[in-house]
Amino acid sequence: MSKIAPKYIATTNACKLCKPLGAALAFRGIEGAVPFLHGSQGCATYMRRYIISHFNEPIDIASSALGEKNAIYGGGANLKQGLNNVIAKYNPALVGIATTCLTETIGDDVGMILHEYHREQENNTKSPLMVQVSTPSYSGTHMEGFHAAVQSVVQQLARGGPTDQRINLLPGFVSPADLRYLKQLLVDFGISATVLPDLSETLDGPALRDYPLIPRGGTPIEDIRKMGRGQATIEFGHTLPEKTAAAFLDKTFQISCKRLGLPIGIRETDVFLNTLTEISGRPIPSEHDAARGRLVDAMVDGHKYVFGKRAVVYGEEDLVVGLTSFLAEIGVVPVLCASGGKSGRLRRAVEKVLAKMNVPLPEIHEDLDFFEIEEQARELAPDLLLGHSKGYGLAKRLEIPLIRVGFPIHDRVGGQRILHLGYQGAQNLFDRIANTMIQVKQDSSSVGYSYM
Amino acid sequence: MHSAVLQERTAQIHRKGDAPLNIDCNKDSLAGAVSQRACVFCGSRVVLYPIADALHLVHGPIGCAVYTWDIRGALSSGPELHRLSFSTDLQEIDVIFGGEKKLHAALVELIDRYQPKAAFVYSTCIVGIIGDDLKAVCRAVAEEKNIPVLPVQSEGFKGNKRAGYQAACKAMFKLVGTADTAGISPYSINILGDFNLAGEIWLIREYLEKIGIEVVANITGDGRVDDIRRCHGAALNVVQCSGATMDLARMMEEEYQIPNIRVSYFGVEDMAQALYDIAGFFKDQVLIDRTRELVREELSTLLPELEQYKKDLAGKKVAIYVGGSFKAFSLVKAFRLLGMDVVMVGSQTGTREDYQELEEITDPGTIIVDDSNPLELSGFLKEKEVDLFVGGVKERPIAYKLGVGFCDHNHERKEILAGFLGMRNFAREVYSSVMSPVWQFVPRLEQEETFLESVPAGEEKIQANL
Repeated sequence: MSKIAPKYIATTNACKLCKPLGAALAFRGIEGAVPFLHGSQGCATYMRRYIISHFNEPIDIASSALGEKNAIYGGGANLKQGLNNVIAKYNPALVGIATTCLTETIGDDVGMILHEYHREQENNTKSPLMVQVSTPSYSGTHMEGFHAAVQSVVQQLARGGPTDQRINLLPGFVSPADLRYLKQLLVDFGISATVLPDLSETLDGPALRDYPLIPRGGTPIEDIRKMGRGQATIEFGHTLPEKTAAAFLDKTFQISCKRLGLPIGIRETDVFLNTLTEISGRPIPSEHDAARGRLVDAMVDGHKYVFGKRAVVYGEEDLVVGLTSFLAEIGVVPVLCASGGKSGRLRRAVEKVLAKMNVPLPEIHEDLDFFEIEEQARELAPDLLLGHSKGYGLAKRLEIPLIRVGFPIHDRVGGQRILHLGYQGAQNLFDRIANTMIQVKQDSSSVGYSYM
Repeated sequence: MHSAVLQERTAQIHRKGDAPLNIDCNKDSLAGAVSQRACVFCGSRVVLYPIADALHLVHGPIGCAVYTWDIRGALSSGPELHRLSFSTDLQEIDVIFGGEKKLHAALVELIDRYQPKAAFVYSTCIVGIIGDDLKAVCRAVAEEKNIPVLPVQSEGFKGNKRAGYQAACKAMFKLVGTADTAGISPYSINILGDFNLAGEIWLIREYLEKIGIEVVANITGDGRVDDIRRCHGAALNVVQCSGATMDLARMMEEEYQIPNIRVSYFGVEDMAQALYDIAGFFKDQVLIDRTRELVREELSTLLPELEQYKKDLAGKKVAIYVGGSFKAFSLVKAFRLLGMDVVMVGSQTGTREDYQELEEITDPGTIIVDDSNPLELSGFLKEKEVDLFVGGVKERPIAYKLGVGFCDHNHERKEILAGFLGMRNFAREVYSSVMSPVWQFVPRLEQEETFLESVPAGEEKIQANL
């Protein structure tokens, strides 16, 4: 099938979120930071609600809470007042300020307002760092907002100097479980690294006696400053734009940038681990070698149950690319790769990860919504869906299972604990997919069976 | 005052008994205070969204539509159009050159695709700024497609959620009076301000049917455009919820002389009172007798069950923070019935009169708060050593992080909490949360080392619950 979806004017059930949400998430991964949206109150509240439903964790996002007058005369006064209040109560080390469609359109010059603010606060030693990022919701998705915020943080904080042993890892928007895995992997390689951002604790913390003003964890600001002195940068993402935090570090501080795909599945994980071997000069640590061995063994054990099954994969572009690569490895045929993002790079990235695999090229479409995904899926007759929980309705109507991955997972507990990355992540995904297929067969059998 | 409270917010917090009530409310949220409130658009969206055979198109960038996609569990007995999230997904080029053409084209496309009975078009912040003429586009499409196309002036920055309720009512009022009212019973009402979460409106309608009262329109839960068009034929508007649809009732009173009463369906007392008030309005002894019979029947099974829960729940402390304050009244009474003590109560959108009433029905020392935030709320939970917090999704992690039980009494609920059945469900939910064995492991209680050792009765209960 080669039909391209007709282009609709209205968006129906979008497969993307707005730009400031991504920025708020990225800022949440910095130690001592408070995300701050410069716009009307609703944006911050809606995004908090959306994020809370996935992580089941508090996320305080401040807002300049603009009213009608501010929309006309400018939001500077509210931004300053909001900063005063946030500083008074949260005592943050950093305030991450993201704009919204409202403040971008009324033309608030956040840089200038902050400049004024700093001048007015000259004698105030409590004044935290402030990082600003422009995130008009009418251009780009939450992923672009996320990467833009990371880039702003690095651009505004990283300092050069003599190279040290640390590396910089820019993982993109992955789960807290993924981040914990990455950090352990680096330890196992004996590599000290700055992982930016780090949501592993801030959005998956323990039960506490006190409500945390700012949750523990996040990338230490001192470490971000040192990013200009790292020996290399690894950045995950085949669909990233040319200008990223890693590109900035390369250009400004001549830190070599290795851009890899999200390490999902065997081959992409191999590439990542080989890169770590190259950097550290150490072989792959034995426990990870063993995990790879077990994964291959499991894939052999279970290959019959998944072979030839047809899958629709949707969500954030790089996640789609990684999952597609993985599916091809286990013999599942990806029939549609869909994303609401429009980097212009999705097709090439999917083609690249499938290049040496013996699977036909799937339908690959950017800028799709769920109405369009459903239209395509109905023709493609998939056996399963892989994506976040907003595809639930589609799965229900198609009467096929949904393997929940990525963000948001609003209809299950544990979204933040889904491990997608590395051999262990591939193992988890493989077991889930194989068992789901076994269950489908079991459930559709009139007598059922108790042995595979 | 609590250290978590910002100076500018002290007037919005009252402790009963400290001083006469003089609470500040219904003002814009304070910048940087991390309010739990949303915006004008949110207010409009939640009110209109349950009208199931209308098209709901959000004119703006993608966020506003996506964060409100199927956000309420507003069930429909027929069409499901309301559960889809439509947006014009404005792009930079639209912001520069205006989005009217795109809006017009999107409306035509969606109306052709779904053949809705009417369309609501929501204005978002940015549309207010770039000045798209929503009214003109709606008028043009209405003529072209021959259905009502109603602009909802809900720019997010134009006030708080309340302003959104008003905008929603204004839009609905344009439908009222546009269809024939023939055949409507003299014993007829409209249900306003129930959103049919988890199917609650069906339960209420069942009660009313038993009594002998016709419901002309559900506004807006399980709502239909054609019903709203003829709802001016009803004898009475029965309004639930303090803010959301009161404006519509007022407009109908002015234009069509339809009186209204305010009710609540939460809790035993308020549910019974609601039915008595409705039946009483018609001054018909048969209706009143049937109502008595219904209430008696329901209570005969409900009250003994509640007594069972009360044994364990008596004396437990509760904090309430909800969107609309009217619900808070009912909750205070419902908890009293369960023997529990309400120690904090607040809302996002209460009025002076609402807080006055709350002050009257609560115990001394109770904290009353308007437009609160996570810092204050967590401070109050700790200060009052609360066992259970009642709120919505945004309040949940505040309670859970501190190891406090939580009960969702908001748009997302999946269980019927209205009516007599709802009181039973509510009591069960409260019980299952407060009595769960998980709390013994949370840091808040773990450090009270005597907890497990010196309270064997507690242990037994925990065992029984496993």
